[in-house]
Amino acid sequence: MSLTQAEVEHIAHLARLELSAEELTRYRQQLSAILDYAARLQSVDTSRIAPTAGATLDAAPLRADEPVEGLDVDIVLRNAPQREDNQFRVPPVLE
Amino acid sequence: MNLTPETMTIAEMLAGLRRADFTSRELTQACLARIERFEPRLHTLITYTPELALRQADEADRRYRESRQGDPSAALALPPLLGLPVMIKDVLCLADVRCTCGSKILENFVPPYTATAVQRLLDAGVVVVGKSNTDEYAMGSSTENSAYGPTHNPWDLERVPGGSSGGSAAAVAARLVPAATGSDTGGSIRQPAAYCGITGLKPTYGRVSRYGLVAYGSSLDSVGAFAASAAEVTLLFNQMAGYDPRDSTSCNLRAPNIQLSRSTDLKGLRVGVPDEYFIAGMQPEVETAVRAAIAQLEALGAVAQPVSLPHTEYALPVYYLIAPAEASANLARYDGVRFGLREPSQSLWDVFNKSRGAGLGAEVKRRIMLGTYALSAGYYDAYYGQAQKVRTLIRQDFLKAFQDVDVIACPVAPSTAFRLGEHTDDPLAMYLEDVFTLPANLAGVPGLSFPVGFDGRGLPIGMQLMGPHFKEEALLKTAHAYQLTTGWHKRAPELF
Repeated sequence: MSLTQAEVEHIAHLARLELSAEELTRYRQQLSAILDYAARLQSVDTSRIAPTAGATLDAAPLRADEPVEGLDVDIVLRNAPQREDNQFRVPPVLE
Repeated sequence: MNLTPETMTIAEMLAGLRRADFTSRELTQACLARIERFEPRLHTLITYTPELALRQADEADRRYRESRQGDPSAALALPPLLGLPVMIKDVLCLADVRCTCGSKILENFVPPYTATAVQRLLDAGVVVVGKSNTDEYAMGSSTENSAYGPTHNPWDLERVPGGSSGGSAAAVAARLVPAATGSDTGGSIRQPAAYCGITGLKPTYGRVSRYGLVAYGSSLDSVGAFAASAAEVTLLFNQMAGYDPRDSTSCNLRAPNIQLSRSTDLKGLRVGVPDEYFIAGMQPEVETAVRAAIAQLEALGAVAQPVSLPHTEYALPVYYLIAPAEASANLARYDGVRFGLREPSQSLWDVFNKSRGAGLGAEVKRRIMLGTYALSAGYYDAYYGQAQKVRTLIRQDFLKAFQDVDVIACPVAPSTAFRLGEHTDDPLAMYLEDVFTLPANLAGVPGLSFPVGFDGRGLPIGMQLMGPHFKEEALLKTAHAYQLTTGWHKRAPELF
């Protein structure tokens, strides 16, 4: 299969990736080749097969849903590109 | 004293520390001296931490001294790896030391907490000399995708060490440190161990906590370890593994306490040899060495028998849909808001787009794009959904095979280490390097890689053992018996 330029741009938009024209062209070709390779999965009959989300989940219990102490706010905000009081600061979402 | 860590096993180091033949400071300084001498040409580290290492070494020495002054029980209570220098792969968080994941977007990220696997090693007494190089976000098979430059294979500087844990593997192979941690999502411990001629364990999924491991493919990621031999890897694995309530996929089983004996008797061990892992086009010397190693296991009493894993051919396409899909979700967090690079912009949407566009590398973007596509409306069932179903078939292959055999023996990779730059323009060719290691991640089973010979160019060849879920002990015991009767794991590269 061959992805179109519009499809690749749409994927980049969904992924919130700013890509150059050169990157868009390269990914269009490379993703098309990889998806061609992956097409062989379509020939496997899986009509009676359940999907696997994890290989050993039977042995992994969920812990009790109880509040526990988290990290101090100042420690969490130490890596913030921009902070204001106890919050992350970002540019406006809406114009 | 003239200490030569490059000639010592971990057991010898720990015995020497306990006997006060030398101090952890002396041992650590000897490792730091080797790093400073060889690092310029190997580039195994992203962040070098000599001050931290010497501080930890001095603390270890203080505890050794105190135990000698106290009652005999104090010596017994000493942590098992006290004073041992190690490297930590730079995708595992260590509080207050930057964690880049090989990415520009995390160049200045200093994690506020420590990964559980690393904390357990710290509790066991290790000394951290640095954070080792990795393909960006562990995505790659050569360590060439690191934003901080590639690592070079100590057996041949023109060649890759494998990846993604290439920094750790090259450092252990060059005997810069006796041990290092790695992570393995599709072969990132086993393949570099093979390319560098050392031993590397990818534990069962869920055996070692992923808490504090920067997520790539969450249903596939495993944390493990490298050392020269299976006996040494065992010492680390015993400390790293165990239930952790902070990882929702951590398996609630008793922590392993594997004790390897001096026995070389493998009588009764059933070794499965899968046809599907001896493919046309693989380097003939790899097949020859692996078959010779299987013959050696038979000579020790094991019985080799054919076993079939019929869905093997689908592992590669399944992996390269599932792992990128999970990656595209996991890496959504690198958006310039809470940590990491922020490209200034007037609108929040542009902060996302520009920070990710500028901060992430080519392979990471490629996998995010691929995963986003596989999960997008209209394609989810055909790609991601179908891949998850075929994953079930791959897992069932292993469960069925392990009804008949105790371990499966096969090559780690179709060839020995390739040249730097050889596959960089062809992602699919690079992905094919993982063809024998991906199935274990999809099935969640443990895999061990260890050296079984060299090719005509003097490059190491690795063999892989896979076992049933939680049976790491069978793999380590088998490799240990092999290593007691052979010498490949003792070979180290002549450095420059």
